[in-house]
Amino acid sequence: MPNLGIDVLFKGTNFLRLLEGLWVAVRISLISVAISIALGLVMGMLMTSKNKILKMILRLYLEIVRIMPQMVLLFVVYFGTTRVFGWNLSAEYSAIIVFSFWGVAEMGDLVRGALISIPKIQYESAQALGMTQPMTYLYVILPQAVRRLIPLSINLITRMIKTTSLVMMIGIVEVLKVAQQIIEANRRTSPNAVFGVFAVVFLLYFLICWPISKLAGYLEKRWA
Amino acid sequence: METAYIEVQKLSKTYSAKNGTVEALKEISLSIPQNEIFGIIGLSGAGKSTLVRCLNLLEKPDSGTVIINGEDLLTLSKEQLRIRRQKIGMIFQHFNLLEQQTVLENVCFPLEIRGIPVKQRKEKALQLLKQVGLEDKAKAYPSQLSGGQKQRVAIARVLANDPDILLCDEATSALDPETTKIILNLLKEIHDTMGITIVIITHEMKVIQEICTQMAVLHKGSLQECGSAEEILKNPKSKAAKRLLMIKETEEETDYVG
Ligand SMILES: Nc1ncnc2c1ncn2[C@@H]1O[C@H](COP(=O)(O)OP(=O)(O)OP(=O)(O)O)[C@@H](O)[C@H]1O
Ligand SMILES: [Mg+2]
Repeated sequence: MPNLGIDVLFKGTNFLRLLEGLWVAVRISLISVAISIALGLVMGMLMTSKNKILKMILRLYLEIVRIMPQMVLLFVVYFGTTRVFGWNLSAEYSAIIVFSFWGVAEMGDLVRGALISIPKIQYESAQALGMTQPMTYLYVILPQAVRRLIPLSINLITRMIKTTSLVMMIGIVEVLKVAQQIIEANRRTSPNAVFGVFAVVFLLYFLICWPISKLAGYLEKRWA
Repeated sequence: METAYIEVQKLSKTYSAKNGTVEALKEISLSIPQNEIFGIIGLSGAGKSTLVRCLNLLEKPDSGTVIINGEDLLTLSKEQLRIRRQKIGMIFQHFNLLEQQTVLENVCFPLEIRGIPVKQRKEKALQLLKQVGLEDKAKAYPSQLSGGQKQRVAIARVLANDPDILLCDEATSALDPETTKIILNLLKEIHDTMGITIVIITHEMKVIQEICTQMAVLHKGSLQECGSAEEILKNPKSKAAKRLLMIKETEEETDYVG
């Protein structure tokens, strides 16, 4: 059996370093996801407003986020702000800003979709029962919207977690970067380590994202 | 001479759509006496829904007045209107129940909105469910009910507010003839025991024939004819009423052949 080089992971603190890198990635995702959900809800409600100018601005924001690759955004924020404004933004903060910028837009669009999928008659029957606007949202519209929203937003969250692997490019200690370092350090003694280490990294991401996407699938089926 | 309970004067409503405007209501005036079962009939697009939605101002008319029990609804503040609406029950073709809540919770819902304590809510809701013949379905979810049962839940829910008026927009249109009869009988029973003024919108003469005491015929936004249901059914004057009656007869013939 060829040596896959997994053994290098068990040398010294290598595996622990890998896990630490994973934690940085997860932390970036968690914070960005929390921000995206909170602001995304607001953004979604604003996107359904009748104000044409507001709608156009938000639409434009969404399009920009969709067209720009996340990596370009990361570079712009991390290197650009330092140059142009002279801020010294840490790599982790830059990553959180970029992921939130992305997540809020996508989440907002999901919320918008969920809100407009609630038939107008639902608002009207609530009004006919003599409910106030906030009551209508709280008791009638949001519970229905959230049901449609949960599977879709879990899907978005998994995508966000996966994409955190990009932050390696701006040099945060993160899974892939640690993996790279381990491989470099052991190039001579264990040339095959590149397979083993990346296989383990793949497994780690899989272990995080798989249960989440399973859950999304399950909820989607149950609430369809 | 009966006094009008619901009085509509010169009600007009025009919608602007992409390809021009639609005059949904053209200066409609009619009065509905208290404790009557009043039918409004017309073909699709006649403006029936628009008219009934103007009665609780879900739709704001362009001009005209809506007076209920001597009170001009258009002069009410937003908050006053909200409170008044609680006494104007409305049921719809597609029931609009809260799907994630049980039958009992659905009926409790308007009481919860009004801040009635939990115990009283439950008592009242259970009693209403009994009235519509669904006490054994209290714990079920709407998705487990038939269309007729869902509509009965919707009726129980609307009764929870002790309305003095009940507006029904095609409440039986999604139901088969048997179930339609059951629902209409239930409405009649509610009318007889609780003294609620009922306005029924329909495109089926059968529905009018079954329970309405007075009726109005609407065609392309204009009022064609209005008066005792018996009279109009026997001796329709307007073209629109004659046509609607003819539709019914051909339907009955096919029923007979089938
Ligand atoms: N929100 C709206 N925007 C534009 N046009 C509308 C709107 N609501 C109704 N209309 C138009 O007004 C007219 C009357 O509609 P309405 O719904 O009152 O008819 P209806 O008699 O209830 O018909 P149906 O039996 O099909 O329910 C129709 O021509 C319809 O297209
Ligand atoms: Mg209609």
